[in-house]
Amino acid sequence: MTARDRRGVTIGVLLFALAALLPLASDSYFLSIGVTIAMYTALATSWALFSGPTHYISLATAAFFGIGTYTTGIGIEYMPYWLTLPIAAVIGAVLAALVGVATLRLSGVYFVIFTLGLAELVRQIITWGQNVSGAKGLYVLTSITEEHIYWQLTGLSALVFLAGFLIWRSRLGFAVRILGDDEEVARHSGIHTARVKVLLFMIPGAVAAVTGAILAPRYVYIEPAIAFTPMLSFQVVIMALLGGTGRLWGPVVGVIPFTFLWEAISGTFPNQTTLLLGLSFLVIVYLLPRGFVGLIEEARGRVSRRGAFA
Amino acid sequence: MDIIFTGLLLGGTYALIATGLNLQYGMARIMNLANGETLVAGGFGAFWFWTSSQVSPLLTIFVVAPLAFALNWLIYVVVLRPLVKRAKSRGQLEVDAILTTFGLSFVGVGVMLALFGGDYFSYSYLAQPVQFIGETYGLNRVVAFAAAVLLCGALWIWLYRSRAGMSVRAIAVSPDSARLVGIDVPSLSARAFALGGAVTAVGGALVSSFLTLDASTGVIFTLKALIIVIMGGVGDIRGTILAAVLLGILETFVATLIDPGLTLAAAYLLFILILLLRPQGLLGRART
Repeated sequence: MTARDRRGVTIGVLLFALAALLPLASDSYFLSIGVTIAMYTALATSWALFSGPTHYISLATAAFFGIGTYTTGIGIEYMPYWLTLPIAAVIGAVLAALVGVATLRLSGVYFVIFTLGLAELVRQIITWGQNVSGAKGLYVLTSITEEHIYWQLTGLSALVFLAGFLIWRSRLGFAVRILGDDEEVARHSGIHTARVKVLLFMIPGAVAAVTGAILAPRYVYIEPAIAFTPMLSFQVVIMALLGGTGRLWGPVVGVIPFTFLWEAISGTFPNQTTLLLGLSFLVIVYLLPRGFVGLIEEARGRVSRRGAFA
Repeated sequence: MDIIFTGLLLGGTYALIATGLNLQYGMARIMNLANGETLVAGGFGAFWFWTSSQVSPLLTIFVVAPLAFALNWLIYVVVLRPLVKRAKSRGQLEVDAILTTFGLSFVGVGVMLALFGGDYFSYSYLAQPVQFIGETYGLNRVVAFAAAVLLCGALWIWLYRSRAGMSVRAIAVSPDSARLVGIDVPSLSARAFALGGAVTAVGGALVSSFLTLDASTGVIFTLKALIIVIMGGVGDIRGTILAAVLLGILETFVATLIDPGLTLAAAYLLFILILLLRPQGLLGRART
């Protein structure tokens, strides 16, 4: 571990410790925003772990999230709540692996299209299953409070950061960086590119499923239209790209301002949220191709250059 | 039997929509995810003309097509051409195009929501039964199918029997070499993209005569069109038509025999099979 790594880890631990104190100091409004931010931090950071270096845009977040929600919704009848989280993670990872094996050998477009419809596909199948079995929605009644959900999501985000940090320093991370620069080169230097991509894609799959599972008690009543909201996938993509996927801390920089913007817009103009999503995509492509991270690093570069002249 | 004919009728309209997308992706090299919104806009046009002044959708398409052509041409020149210019590789253009057209798609939905509201819209045009080999079909579906067949045929002749069509196909094969033989790639790409948009909008006007649409259904049509294009092979019109008919029949089959809510699942089943077995498309040759 270099001195810079150590500094980064220290700052990270301090920030997470600070974030964990939020429920003690704030009212319920800020706590609910805190839950939203923690949720998107976990989702967007894990999304960027895969999509950042590989440039494959995954729109499957909503599908994994919904599956996690349903895992808890069904599982809670038979086992304690805590057990449903690891089960959700395993199901999410396995589904991600299956999707990855089918699509990641091919060009990125196939992957995007496949993930685009995945949430709708799973939703149709669950709805059909409910029609056949006659069940409608599910009730998740627990004593879990908003504070507990917040702490769990913050803990999950911390785990995602830890995983990202460890992967970055591992052989897998090295392989992914080469692959992201040039897939041809990666293949010629003996990297099994499809396997690397599938392995990496399992992380956002598992994380999104666990996030869905953690939030299930918050919904109380679960039905397909609530669990599988396609908007979720797009919001995660926008937040991650807005922040920038070049750094581990990049997505968070996008999550926090976008959450407040989203709250403000959906509060005052609830019908214009799709327009906001659309414009955000255009802003990212034309004005912020590297996200806020790009802006910050440019500014930093300018400052240090000026320092060198003085 | 009944399933096969209903599926064929549906597949014909799908073929027209997917051909529009194929012109945009295969020829202009832009994966246009806002394609479904063009379709819904075409449908809105037909709906508006029919309910306000009883103009038949078959006449509306002569208004919708030039409008969609102009709009898509503008979109290509203003929004997408800068991306084509700045892209260093095909991969980067793909990622940029996907994000941008997603943006356009959401903007489209947002604008249509603001203009028309979030209600479903449908109108009743030629909703009379016709008899064919002992079964009944809606006349509107038959008419839409006939119009789609005519248009697909016209496009096919244009692409394969005219000089302009040959130039467009040359761009689809290799944009760099097309320039070497004196084809004006930038302006022809823009026109191919615009033509694709016009074809899709016409498809939307036809579809609206027998399906219920709302401002946010576009993405479902985009998905189906994408699946058809991939199944048929990118840039291959014959494959697209074949794939569209297959999808139409399979969907009708699943909707009639299992559950009408599972149509997308049916499309996905085909999609997965194609990805695993023939990623180059039904009629495509394997790349070396």
